[in-house]
Amino acid sequence: MYNFEFSKPSNIADAVAALSSDEAQALGGGQTLLPTMKQRLAQTDMLVSLTGIGEMQGICVGDNGELCIGGATTHAAVAADGNYPGLASLAGRIGDPAVRNRGTIGGSLANNDPSACYPAAALASGATIKTNARDIAADDYFQGMFETALEEGEIITEVRFPIPEVSNYQKFVQPASRFALVGVFVAKFADDVRVAVTGASSDGVFRWAEAEAALSADFSKAAVDALAVPSGDMISDLHGTAEYRAHLAKVMTGRAVAAAC
Amino acid sequence: MTQVTMTVNGKSVSGDVEGRTLLSDFLRDGLRMTGTHVGCDTSQCGACVVHVNGEAVKSCTALALDLEGADVRTIEGMANADGSLGTIQQAFQDYHGLQCGFCTPGMVMSAAALLKDNPTPTEQEVREYLEGNICRCTGYHNIVKAIMAASGQDVAAVAAE
Ligand SMILES: Cc1cc2nc3c(=O)[nH]c(=O)nc-3n(C[C@H](O)[C@H](O)[C@H](O)COP(=O)(O)OP(=O)(O)OC[C@H]3O[C@@H](n4cnc5c(N)ncnc54)[C@H](O)[C@@H]3O)c2cc1C
Ligand code: FES
Ligand code: FES
Repeated sequence: MYNFEFSKPSNIADAVAALSSDEAQALGGGQTLLPTMKQRLAQTDMLVSLTGIGEMQGICVGDNGELCIGGATTHAAVAADGNYPGLASLAGRIGDPAVRNRGTIGGSLANNDPSACYPAAALASGATIKTNARDIAADDYFQGMFETALEEGEIITEVRFPIPEVSNYQKFVQPASRFALVGVFVAKFADDVRVAVTGASSDGVFRWAEAEAALSADFSKAAVDALAVPSGDMISDLHGTAEYRAHLAKVMTGRAVAAAC
Repeated sequence: MTQVTMTVNGKSVSGDVEGRTLLSDFLRDGLRMTGTHVGCDTSQCGACVVHVNGEAVKSCTALALDLEGADVRTIEGMANADGSLGTIQQAFQDYHGLQCGFCTPGMVMSAAALLKDNPTPTEQEVREYLEGNICRCTGYHNIVKAIMAASGQDVAAVAAE
């Protein structure tokens, strides 16, 4: 890993100021960025740690009943929170305990790994990604593999999740990486159902509109049985072909609905 | 170089480090505490697990400077005050929870973190908690057995040796 300067501001304003230089980069829990820098796939002149910023830590229920999670909150903290069981269960299955004790929700969403878990929850819940500059709807935020709506130097300060009536995340684990080979998050709200699929598409996380329509009319596993995910855009690699991933997306959706019912 | 200060196994320590110095480097090269092992250096294997403020953390994937003021515990802090093996360490010896021993510091630190939160875990809970700790030798059964035994449970029915 090439050397860099390190700074650890204690509030958002100082972090944004430190990140205004082109050569500076934010550091969350480091569980993705540090291994990437060791491989020299990323380098920077200055790392700005966000873990010392109190206002980006913690979980609360907001005025509209949504779950508000500070951008530097660890996966372990989300896993231990009882307000949104589907989300807590997802967070408790990310990587392993040591990864969960350091990794943060902001880091995961900023990275937008095509096999990551949180993007599925954010998209299926219709979450709002709050940054130092603006609010971004999850539907506008994810823009393809490792691509997001974030501008250079913009940081995720909070994520707001509307809490569904019922929800479930099914993760088919890729055992070597412990990421999702395919993961599906199903969220049923009073008037609609949202389904987000991670790990499958070469465009990153996506909503499966056909399943959403079918499940909004009839929230049962049977409603999914007749559908099929087109395999055209699916990832194909040594862990699974495009057809296999498309099939898994459907099977995992059915299981998520059955588990949520 | 910047000075960093933290508490390691109850003692306040400081040293000069670079921005890129990992906690594992600071412990092994800076403090010459080589009990913490570095297996993969890519946050996969868990050999480097230590406790930071009471929680299991992969020391190869944390920056020393990010842990200014932290309370760190390593395998060197797991023995009893008289130098005899701590309960978990003794159970690893009694139940043959190690062969080459490379993964053992991380296994013991992960086990200690588990038992702190969950004093009598089920076999399944132990196996799940160790997902990030890889052992190339033992096949895990005896590690799981040792941890169950360290938690005071009867291990007669736990998977075969
Ligand atoms: C062994 C292992 C297994 C894993 N398994 C899974 C898994 O099953 N599922 C899963 O989803 N993930 C998994 N991960 C990834 C893990 O969840 C990471 O914690 C996460 O992807 C990145 O979060 P971080 O806080 O560590 O971010 P960092 O690594 O610090 O940063 C990642 C990127 O986000 C940027 N960033 C960080 N915080 C912010 C912020 N608040 N605002 C804007 N940008 C920011 C950084 O600049 C960097 O570009 C795994 C990782 C490991 C090492
Ligand atoms: S050396 Fe840190 S996880 Fe392998
Ligand atoms: S005892 Fe050899 S790696 Fe675990």
